Amino acid sequence: MADPFLIGEAMTGGYGPVDILHSCTIAVNKGEIAVIVGPNGAGKSTAMKAVFGMLNLRGGRVLLEGEDITRLSPQARVAKGMAFVPQTSNIFTSMTVEENLEMGAFLRRDDIRNTMDQIYTLFPILKAKRYQAAGELSGGQRQQVAVGRALMTQPKVLMLDEPTAGVSPIVMDELFDRIIEVARTGISILMVEQNARQALDIAHSGYVLVQGANRFTDTGQALLADPEVRRSFLGG
Amino acid sequence: MDILNALVAFLNFVFIPGLAYGAQLAIGALGVTLVFSILRFSNFAHGDTMAFGTMWAILITWWFQSIGISLGPLPTALLAIPFAIVITAGMLLGTDKLVYSFYRKQKVAPIIMVIVSAGVMFIMNGLVRLIIGVEEQSFADGSRFVLAAADFKAWSGLKEGLAIKTTTAVTLVTAIVTVALLFWFLQKTRTGKSMRAFSDNEDLALLSGINPDRVVQVTWIITAALAVIAGTLYGLDKSFRPFTYFQLLLPIFAAAIVGGLGSPIGAIAGAFVVAFSEVVVTYAWKKVLGYLLPVDWAPDGLTQLLSTDYKVAVSFSILIIVLLFMPTGLFKGK
Repeated sequence: MADPFLIGEAMTGGYGPVDILHSCTIAVNKGEIAVIVGPNGAGKSTAMKAVFGMLNLRGGRVLLEGEDITRLSPQARVAKGMAFVPQTSNIFTSMTVEENLEMGAFLRRDDIRNTMDQIYTLFPILKAKRYQAAGELSGGQRQQVAVGRALMTQPKVLMLDEPTAGVSPIVMDELFDRIIEVARTGISILMVEQNARQALDIAHSGYVLVQGANRFTDTGQALLADPEVRRSFLGG
Repeated sequence: MDILNALVAFLNFVFIPGLAYGAQLAIGALGVTLVFSILRFSNFAHGDTMAFGTMWAILITWWFQSIGISLGPLPTALLAIPFAIVITAGMLLGTDKLVYSFYRKQKVAPIIMVIVSAGVMFIMNGLVRLIIGVEEQSFADGSRFVLAAADFKAWSGLKEGLAIKTTTAVTLVTAIVTVALLFWFLQKTRTGKSMRAFSDNEDLALLSGINPDRVVQVTWIITAALAVIAGTLYGLDKSFRPFTYFQLLLPIFAAAIVGGLGSPIGAIAGAFVVAFSEVVVTYAWKKVLGYLLPVDWAPDGLTQLLSTDYKVAVSFSILIIVLLFMPTGLFKGK
């Protein structure tokens, strides 16, 4: 396998003096979907935040296209082509859908209308609600706004922290379909998911974390087929 | 019964003064609510920022008057406002760099910022008293009335006169223009939208690449403009005394909280609620009632609910009632 597009290598660190991640490695290839799963408190979101530079690493490094970005701030990583959708408070609730998208493209000085049209094609419901305050939308629609906002920067890597948290199963399936579509355009996707089975089903690679360390790493299908993973993490 | 005369007396002594005072409070409250929603603290120094800005407007007005520049029938102070805004904006940006940014970097609790702003308030208060003194200053010039009471009486044949002071008209027009510009800026421009985004969700604004330092700077510049405009209009319409401006802090905060802290529309609505309450409660209704009631029912006293010395109590009462029964204000603030 060639060098991955984005890799957090042997990351060790935490928010305070206590380490949450212990030599944890997460990587994603160009145009592929990588999923981080694991029990509650395994450090899934923490691993994602570490890759995005939201906590200080005591060990390991983060490489984007072979370039060491370990010391860059999250804002600088956005400029490098990384986009992050947090799990909660991931939209500007008091602003309209269209303004949310505009804010996503704040760093861009070129014409953003093309990108906006692409996002409206990807999420047609957002076009219908473009002048409505984002805070008035349903949970699934809010997630679409959040992903749309992140895509406005035209990122190379899209990082999603539990994009399907709190949405209905039907909406969840639809969101996963959209995520696959995004990956097909060549954007790498790294996401943390609670719905491990569905997420691994669409993932090229999967990372099972336990207590801040890698327990299993394989392709999504191989993890789904692994009896031990099934028994311990997928409920049989 | 004489409804027309009663109506004219009401307009002249209650409605028009209330409208002007409300407009002045509204611009002041907009400044408070802007700082609250973007910098996330209640800026106790706002009243004295208004005093500081108005002081410069007065000094520049005097200078203009001494070299013979005037605006004809309009007050010369209008011409001085832009210069006073520049100086006040410089002062606020300097204060931010010297004082507030130190605490902001440590991410202190909002209450600490409030205390810090109280310190800034005392410094500014002292500066103003040192430079211009504690006495009352008057700097209004130009023609005094747009509509004089005598002219109105001659035109209408009524016993009551209706007067519109130039400063009242100037206050209303300036307030409308200021508010329109502010809303246009916040709703339509890239910088304005980024300020709303920052106010809405600071972390996400940072993730979107919005530069927090720039948002803070623009906020202070707009706050300076609002403070100077509100202060100068108030000073023109009434008079300038540093202590009065310090006292204005209460009705301004009452207005911002009644409307819902953080909501610009709420600040304007709240300002008029506070202004009209103050005027209605402290006005001597004897004259209006005299026209409306049969002669023998006319009140002997002044029928004034509260002496004007106690008008501060009105803001206080409104503040307490709102905080007890509707803490988020009329327009669902924070």
